[in-house]
Amino acid sequence: MSGVAGGIYTQVSLTVLAVLASVLVPPAHRARVAGMTVAAVGVAGAVTGALALAGGHAGSIEIPMSLPFDPVVLAPDALGGFFMLVAGCVGAVAAVFAIGYVHGPSASRTAWSALAAFLLAVQLVPAAADAVSFLLMWELMALASTVLVLTEHAARVEVRSAALWYAAMTQLSFLMILAGFAVLAAAGHGTGFAAMGTVDPGSTAAAVAFVLLALGFATKSGIVPVHVWLPRAHPAAPSHVSAVMSAAMVKMGVYGVLLVVVRLLPGGPYWWGLLLIALGAVSAVYGILQASVASDLKRLLGYSTTENVGLMFLAAGTAVLLRAYGISVSAEVALVACLLLVVSHAAFKTTLFLGAGSVLHATGERDLDRLGGLGARMPTTAAAFGVGALGAAALPVTCGFVAEWALLQSLIHGARPQDRLVSVVMPVSVAVVALTAGLALMTFVKAYGIAFLARPRSAEAAVAADSPTSMRVSLVAAASAVVVLGLIPGVMVSAAARATELRGVGPVWVGGIDLSGVAARLDPVGLTVMAALVTLPVLLIVWRLARRRPRRPVDLAWGCGGVRVSPRMQYTATSFAEPLSRVFDDALRPARDVEVTHLSESRYLVERVQFSQRLDDVVEVRAYRPVIGLADRFGVFARRLQNGSILRYLGYSFVALLLVLVVVTL
Amino acid sequence: MSLPAAVLASVQVLVMVAVSPLLVGLMRQTRACLEGRVGAGLVQPWRDLRKWMSKETLSALGTGWTSAAGPVIVVVSGLLICVLVPLVGAVPFPSVPDDLFVVVAVLLLGTVATDLVGLDAGTAFGGMGSSRQMTIAALVEPTVLVAVYALSIPVGSSALSRIVRARVEDPSSVASPVSLLALVALAIAVIAETGRLPVDNPTTHLELTMVHEAMVLESSGRDLGWLELGSWLRLGALLGLLGSLLIPWGIATEVTVGSLAVGVAALVVKLTLLGGALAAAEVFVAKLRLFRVPELLAGSFALAFLAVTASYLLVQAG
Repeated sequence: MSGVAGGIYTQVSLTVLAVLASVLVPPAHRARVAGMTVAAVGVAGAVTGALALAGGHAGSIEIPMSLPFDPVVLAPDALGGFFMLVAGCVGAVAAVFAIGYVHGPSASRTAWSALAAFLLAVQLVPAAADAVSFLLMWELMALASTVLVLTEHAARVEVRSAALWYAAMTQLSFLMILAGFAVLAAAGHGTGFAAMGTVDPGSTAAAVAFVLLALGFATKSGIVPVHVWLPRAHPAAPSHVSAVMSAAMVKMGVYGVLLVVVRLLPGGPYWWGLLLIALGAVSAVYGILQASVASDLKRLLGYSTTENVGLMFLAAGTAVLLRAYGISVSAEVALVACLLLVVSHAAFKTTLFLGAGSVLHATGERDLDRLGGLGARMPTTAAAFGVGALGAAALPVTCGFVAEWALLQSLIHGARPQDRLVSVVMPVSVAVVALTAGLALMTFVKAYGIAFLARPRSAEAAVAADSPTSMRVSLVAAASAVVVLGLIPGVMVSAAARATELRGVGPVWVGGIDLSGVAARLDPVGLTVMAALVTLPVLLIVWRLARRRPRRPVDLAWGCGGVRVSPRMQYTATSFAEPLSRVFDDALRPARDVEVTHLSESRYLVERVQFSQRLDDVVEVRAYRPVIGLADRFGVFARRLQNGSILRYLGYSFVALLLVLVVVTL
Repeated sequence: MSLPAAVLASVQVLVMVAVSPLLVGLMRQTRACLEGRVGAGLVQPWRDLRKWMSKETLSALGTGWTSAAGPVIVVVSGLLICVLVPLVGAVPFPSVPDDLFVVVAVLLLGTVATDLVGLDAGTAFGGMGSSRQMTIAALVEPTVLVAVYALSIPVGSSALSRIVRARVEDPSSVASPVSLLALVALAIAVIAETGRLPVDNPTTHLELTMVHEAMVLESSGRDLGWLELGSWLRLGALLGLLGSLLIPWGIATEVTVGSLAVGVAALVVKLTLLGGALAAAEVFVAKLRLFRVPELLAGSFALAFLAVTASYLLVQAG
């Protein structure tokens, strides 16, 4: 038995063990035992992924089935191994976090068992080597995550509607993927990925399959306009589940797209690339725009996931487009950039969701407008969240910056004068990435600055204390991944190059990146050393000045010469984003209401001013509500058929019987 | 690390630290002269800096390490830009490429640090300034990166030293329509990034208009000194970058005593010209309403975008 096959068996057995532990261990010890076992599932997944990545087709498991298809096989290739590695790492960190985090319904037997099953499914989706096993794992992933989203259904009403949205959208995604694979299987005469790979990418069947699969995977990834489940499901689910969903499960959609354009149907026509770029660009801008005005912390992070996955789609689309035009060097860089985005997003989004979980655990608040001053009360969480925010804002030296840099390099070296289409698409893409980066900066300055700096805006925030050890340990682990991968991105790049079998990229010096194909290189360690060198004299001066005249704390340094007033005088998340929501008024359509109550003596004196603002998702309001309304009306109409009268039901049976008889005799 | 690059970097940092307060002094003095005031003189910013550094630093209750570390990060980001941008000479470090995207990211690091200082104070003014600055920074970003793209097309690289070297070798490329469009776009972006008129008025303390000043209101003593020095360094380095791109003469392509002296002299002349021109122009310009700024930035983005498409079309025609 090879290492990879052994690894898959280990993952399955550990999952069984985890389910047993969550069912059998008494509540007092359940979190610790089940949490550690689930974390072990994650570690096993990471190790298996690394083995598959190192050895290519290193091992396979054939599952005996009595279906008339190709054999059902789990055999991760290098690309699958890459995603399995990412998912395993995320899962392990999230499971350790969950040990301290879970309480009430999220500590139940069902929740822990579902978490184990969910993690296993996420790790085995990229192991599938044929459509049947892929779809089985995909469905297990969907079911387990739906159960997890529903965890807190008894306590919060909105959870039920969120789970309904999620279930509907995820089944839609499943249907489209199923149809896409069916088309491919019919054209390639087999359900194995090898048989599907024989389909000509230029054929109609391939085109139909590509569109279906791309839309199916886009739905799972939270791409606009099929993103509606994402900003609902993330606030509804417990935070460690949000982390796994956002950092690992959503990536499986990206894996699916790469599976199609790299492994099954390489060399697709240029419009495949355009479709992916369009989906990605719209999602990136729309997602970050919604995130920048959101004040629910987890909703903000959910929308930011839409943005990041949009960038991944954009990178994948660029790779397809450039390859179709024969600009293979930049296409390879774009593909590597896509994988770098996957890793970096996994790292910083895990940190951010776990950080949000830690805040939620300490204050019970997700609303940024009611947080504040947590930096002093929860130093570890604040530091970790800050690092994650730097990564999400793509600033050096984090892995987010490296990934975005690679994407921009592939874009600016992509165009050639003779290809008109490419030389229009590339600058537009650069502009999209730039606008996204700018808005992401604003979003995460807001998220960090409002939640962790200044003074507490509510009583809950004022009495917050830092989280238990297991949560802090996993937060620190996730945050250090963001920094370490940002300092020595060479590791990520080697792995990504191996996963996609590319040559034009490689590590250089101390873990830097060398994109030799486009003559660009980046060395974060060098940059850091240089920053340290210029910081040194500044720090020396600060130290000497501080010894002579130490800092003196006062109640208020200046405050316009006034005294401390209520913390409500501070800027909130809503007011921070107000200029932006005014600039993008047409795209966001915020509903604002200002109500002024005057004193009875005079119209010129104001007694009370009430301001309310409501931000609905424009896509949801415009595209989904009419459809749902139509379905509702159809339901009401259909209800007329069933009025509860037994006579009518007997009549229906009679008519049905007659019809059957007529059909049979024909 | 190669020795010539290290020597050049140290020269650039020392020159910029010495010169950028004087540049600010020059700009204020130019403005004062044109408005018929006496003005405080060229070295007033240096006097201010000395005063702030020796004064006591106050910090409000509830502010954390952000308020102490933020100003240092701002000044370090300014210094790092002075290292990376070719001002005196274009000799890059072999291991630290002066990639324009990296320069922009380092610049943004400084912006973020200033913003967090503004938010940490916990007053209405700080948050207001931060919010406004972030909105502007977010909208400037597309212009900056597309202008970088336009500049990188002729040389096939986004490394600043290669872009500047290509201009030193072929000064006629500066006057090409593509280069001019990109430079105008970049100039507007620089004005927005450094908080000059018409985007932000650096001398105002009026709550309706201030952006940068609102964020540093609660800082005092050395904190304020570092914040101001950081913003001056940023102004100097970005104007110097514009100078290197627009007037590429005198830039050292190898490190010798003579070429460095010429480079420093050329830098001082370029900064004087650009700073004087900017200050003179500011006399005649009123600050834009905050919600009109996006229109200006959209215009500059259009220019940058035109520069990119033109560079492909022109190459095709030629």
